[in-house]
Amino acid sequence: MKSVKVVVPFLLTLTLSLSLFSFSFPSFGFQSDELLVDDEEFSLEGSPQHRSPEPVLTRSPPVTRKRHSDLDSSDSKIQFSLDHAFGDSDFSPAGTFSARLKTWSHGGQTLTKLRFSRNSFSNEDKEKFKNLLKSDDFYRIRLPSNVLSPPGRDFVISSVKARCLPREGLDEHFVIHMEGVNVLAVNYGSPGSCPYPRNLKFPAKWSFNSHTVLKNSEQAPRAPVFTEEILGGENAESEVVQPPERSFWAKYWMYLIPLGLIIMNAVTQAMNMPEEQASGQAPAQGQPSAGAVQRGPSSAARRR
Amino acid sequence: MAIRSFFVPFLLFGLYFYSSLSPVLSLYEDQVGLMDWHQQYIGKVKQAVFSTQKTGRRRVIVSTEENVIASLDLRHGEIFWRHLLGSDDVIDGIDIGLGKYVITLSSGGSILRSWNLPDGQMVWESYLQGPKHSKSFLLVPTNLKIEKDSVIVVFSNGRLHAVSCIDGEVLWKKDFEAESFEVQQVIKPPGSDLIYVVGFAASSQFEMYQINGRNGELLKHESTTFSSGFLGEVSLVSSETVVALDSTGSILLTISFQNGEISFQQTPISNLYEHFSGPAIIIPSSVPGIFAIKTNAITIFIRVIGEGMLEVAEKTNHETAISDSLPLSEGQQAFALIQHAGSEIHLAVKLAHDWDGNLLKESIKMNQQRGLVHKVFINNYIRTDKSHGFRVLIVMEDHSLLLLQQGTIVWSREDGLASIIDVTTSELPVERDGVSVAKVEHNLFEWLKGHMLKLKGTLMLASPEDVALIQSMRLKSSEKSKMTRDHNGFRKLLIVLTRAGKLFALHTGDGHIVWSHLLRSLHKSEPCQSPIGLNLYQWQVPHHHAMDENPSVLVVSRCGPSSDAPGVLSFIDTYTGNELSSLSLAHAVAQVIPLPYTDSTEQRLHLLIDSDKHAHLYPKTSEALSIFKREFSNIYWYSVEGHNGIIKGHALKYECTGKVADEFCFDTRELWSVVFPSESEKIIATVTRKLNEVVHTQAKVIADQDVMYKYISKNLLFVVTVAPKGCGEIGSVTPEESWLVAYLIDTVTGRILHRVTHHGAQGPVHAVFSENWVVYHYFNLRAHRYELSVIELYDQSRADNKDVWKLVLGKHNLTSPISLFSRPEVITKSQSYFFTHSVKAIAVTSTAKGITSKQLLIGTIGDQVLALDKRFLDPRRSVNPTQAEKEEGIIPLTDSLPIIPQSYVTHALRVEGLRGIITVPAKLESTTLVFAHGVDLFFTQLAPSRTYDSLTEDFNYALLLITIVALVAAIFVTWRLSERKELQEKWR
Repeated sequence: MKSVKVVVPFLLTLTLSLSLFSFSFPSFGFQSDELLVDDEEFSLEGSPQHRSPEPVLTRSPPVTRKRHSDLDSSDSKIQFSLDHAFGDSDFSPAGTFSARLKTWSHGGQTLTKLRFSRNSFSNEDKEKFKNLLKSDDFYRIRLPSNVLSPPGRDFVISSVKARCLPREGLDEHFVIHMEGVNVLAVNYGSPGSCPYPRNLKFPAKWSFNSHTVLKNSEQAPRAPVFTEEILGGENAESEVVQPPERSFWAKYWMYLIPLGLIIMNAVTQAMNMPEEQASGQAPAQGQPSAGAVQRGPSSAARRR
Repeated sequence: MAIRSFFVPFLLFGLYFYSSLSPVLSLYEDQVGLMDWHQQYIGKVKQAVFSTQKTGRRRVIVSTEENVIASLDLRHGEIFWRHLLGSDDVIDGIDIGLGKYVITLSSGGSILRSWNLPDGQMVWESYLQGPKHSKSFLLVPTNLKIEKDSVIVVFSNGRLHAVSCIDGEVLWKKDFEAESFEVQQVIKPPGSDLIYVVGFAASSQFEMYQINGRNGELLKHESTTFSSGFLGEVSLVSSETVVALDSTGSILLTISFQNGEISFQQTPISNLYEHFSGPAIIIPSSVPGIFAIKTNAITIFIRVIGEGMLEVAEKTNHETAISDSLPLSEGQQAFALIQHAGSEIHLAVKLAHDWDGNLLKESIKMNQQRGLVHKVFINNYIRTDKSHGFRVLIVMEDHSLLLLQQGTIVWSREDGLASIIDVTTSELPVERDGVSVAKVEHNLFEWLKGHMLKLKGTLMLASPEDVALIQSMRLKSSEKSKMTRDHNGFRKLLIVLTRAGKLFALHTGDGHIVWSHLLRSLHKSEPCQSPIGLNLYQWQVPHHHAMDENPSVLVVSRCGPSSDAPGVLSFIDTYTGNELSSLSLAHAVAQVIPLPYTDSTEQRLHLLIDSDKHAHLYPKTSEALSIFKREFSNIYWYSVEGHNGIIKGHALKYECTGKVADEFCFDTRELWSVVFPSESEKIIATVTRKLNEVVHTQAKVIADQDVMYKYISKNLLFVVTVAPKGCGEIGSVTPEESWLVAYLIDTVTGRILHRVTHHGAQGPVHAVFSENWVVYHYFNLRAHRYELSVIELYDQSRADNKDVWKLVLGKHNLTSPISLFSRPEVITKSQSYFFTHSVKAIAVTSTAKGITSKQLLIGTIGDQVLALDKRFLDPRRSVNPTQAEKEEGIIPLTDSLPIIPQSYVTHALRVEGLRGIITVPAKLESTTLVFAHGVDLFFTQLAPSRTYDSLTEDFNYALLLITIVALVAAIFVTWRLSERKELQEKWR
């Protein structure tokens, strides 16, 4: 079992990470890797919470770290194993998750710093996997439902069509839903898409690129409570009323434009007054244009 | 009239203000009953009491299995008044006290209530406690008085109470605390103040307590041991004699306790009936001197002659039912006996001490679809010639209630419809060509007359008589109850399965019963002892290439209450109600999955999952198998194991590996599982989308010309779990101990797409899932209020398809097939609102094409249905919506949802005991049909965005025509006039 410990801060965006990841990994030649998502360690109750963003798979150039450094006194290390099965075969060990168990002052326990080391496929496994690919069958994995006393009540199982996994190597993505020390569910699949007509494709390299995400429950947004500020509620309403408090121009433009036009009209007429001859035509031209501008809003206002 | 209320906002500003208002979809008073109907029921009658006093002569008081007490009109069967007690307030007994109070004992004998007989007002209520749980008895003796107070004797919870009839005060009480004492009868012999309480103790001891009815003093306590024990119930044959069976069910024991002395008399049944074999049971009755036992489908009536001597009065192998005795004059007692004989029932009324003579003998033709007579209640009246007349009230197997008098059925009530299990709909037959011309001509005059009346009404010229005529014309329009399909798809058949195992077809136009069918497969039979109807599915819906076939429905039922009992399938033609065929299955039915495939005769493929997780394909034809094989690898299903909190996903494997080769049976394998930690979560609700729901568009254009793509997947399951402690009633836990977690799970891959915790929240949870949103209702312990939350799912993987050029050049991924094995990129939006009511059911309107905006239909605790616009539950509501958002129709955020009185779909009516709301799309896109059922039924049409695609049904075509004609005439006239004027001007 070869394993390399990697700590990845929760920093970069998905697009960047995937591109980085695609070239950085083969060059390091890792048989396995692990991803640490700085999971928002939700306590069960009490502590101030805000809605966490969707845990985004992030990845940056891996940093190796020593295993037994900076152990917290309330932390303890635990391990639990991943089993896999090819189609309907029995489950067999496929890797190990190790994590730190953090005990909170109020008694809750959560896992942090999850690491995963995957066993490499034996030749027999490779054969089995190839058969799965040929028959477009399921590759199944399972985890214990309780990490302290495996397997807990039952195993949590997940499966994916084997043809979804091969890319360059074999890409896999775990989302482990935790509730304290219980594993609620594990969602297993390829990290990206798996378009429907699944084509038969054998992996070039028989090594796994594993991505793991630990997920805890989100907090529901509270119902907006306006009770404390009934007056505030009033304010809110008055704020709603406020937007009509627009500028003078915005409010009365429909009156101002005709007024302006009338004034302009009057002015032109007044200017034309000395020239007796043109007086017949100028207002005749001015009027329709004013009317055209005016029509929409003023008729609307009138009808209202 | 709706057109009048339709305020057309042709002003820009008007439109803006209008959009910020909530649309009020109310009815006008004269529209009630036009498109809706309401039917009132009471459920299967458990007990009936006839009022003997003058004022109440015409009434019968009944209690039912739906926990209704009702006063019915004996002449017509109508309801004078009724009360629905809660579902946990089961009625144990009813009686009439002092001739004017209805006394009810309920909740396991702990609540005694008195109701005023004429109007049903409650007079008093008292709460009776006791040391231990026991059977409960209610006696209202006529002659027992304590200081001029009439007394009600109640035995409940191991304690005997005497309660004042006037105010419900407990006058005395007496405990029976002996651990093993099981009370069997409480007897009050007429003409004395003694009360006997008899029962068994330690299964082999007969105990008798004699109590002074005036003060509750224990006068005597006797007990005798009978070594071979007792079986079941006792039958009271006189005020001081009971009959019981020994524990083997083969020896009859006549126990008399005259003067406080107990004496036994044993009579083996084989002495009375030589072919006796197997255990017998006593049919509970209380006819003096006579009792009945039943053994192997043979009913034996046995007379008690003096000192425990028994004699067979009659043996019959017909199904029989016997009533309790009815006191006639001079200590004579009469009872009614009903026997089935083929399609007839024979009613005999006899005197208790004279078996061979009949006071009355009638035979009545009975509809076979009503099944057997379950209960008989007898009542007498004085005929015009001063002799005794009898009428009987009978309760049938299909829960209907009938009154028989003078050899005919005076009235009948279809009370089976009070307990609906499942509902589906069916189209009516297409109208055939060749409607006679004469009929049309005849109608032409009527049509014109009708329109003239309407015109008068519109022009406000109509007299009050005319208005009444118009209204009755509208209500009785034969159009709506026609037996053919209509253009708008408003006329349909509601196929309803009741708990009695009867299938009804109700017409949506006026709610009349088109046909009813008591399922043969749900009859009690040898292999199937207690069949239970489970579900209804649409089996065959012919529309394209099987037009000549009648549509049919599948009824799935099960032989017994346990989930591994074998299943029974029946196929019913929905036009005629005939049972086409029925299948007794070898396997159980744990789950029924209608597949989205049909064969060439439009029969839908169904997958039945049994308790061993084998999948069975129906129909069992090779064609169905070949269709199924094609889609074999794309079929996934899930199972929810509520008791241990595990949800599992499954796929199919090839054929069953059983002993018998069965090509329609498939093994399944587990693909995924979600295990909820048992110490912190318990599943209380699971909801999926409706299979037949239509979504019009995946894209949603939001305010700033942006597009969001709804995440629309049929394979989503909404699951709610709560803390195990918080499963009890609201308020039984503190907010800190209670939480509620909502999950959205993809049922193909088992992915949890969304998971959210509500701290301090508690069930019960009601939820509805539609398109890309789910709305759920729960109690918030911190705020002490109910909340409605909404979660909407949006697909991010399609979010970049915003560029018009991409769409034009086809560089988008909108048409690419979606695979659920891809990692979903889903974002959720959610919000919670306070809601005033607690909720009994939630549904959502569904329309033919899914274009019309949606309304939530909320069944409130007041048994009404409230329509709430989905816009109020938009997670994008904010305190100060921008101008663009307001134009889009986003309502400013409020902390609670408004309840607008006009938006009650049920207007002034109540659907008592509301259990479910079903919506069915009509063909007309704007309209949806809503059916709410409980003890009552209610049906209406709804148009959530108003009927934008049709004129209202009261649109006055004649007025339009007249206007057009008048306009054309006016054009001609003015044309002529102007021509003449022009001519004159030219000549000038």
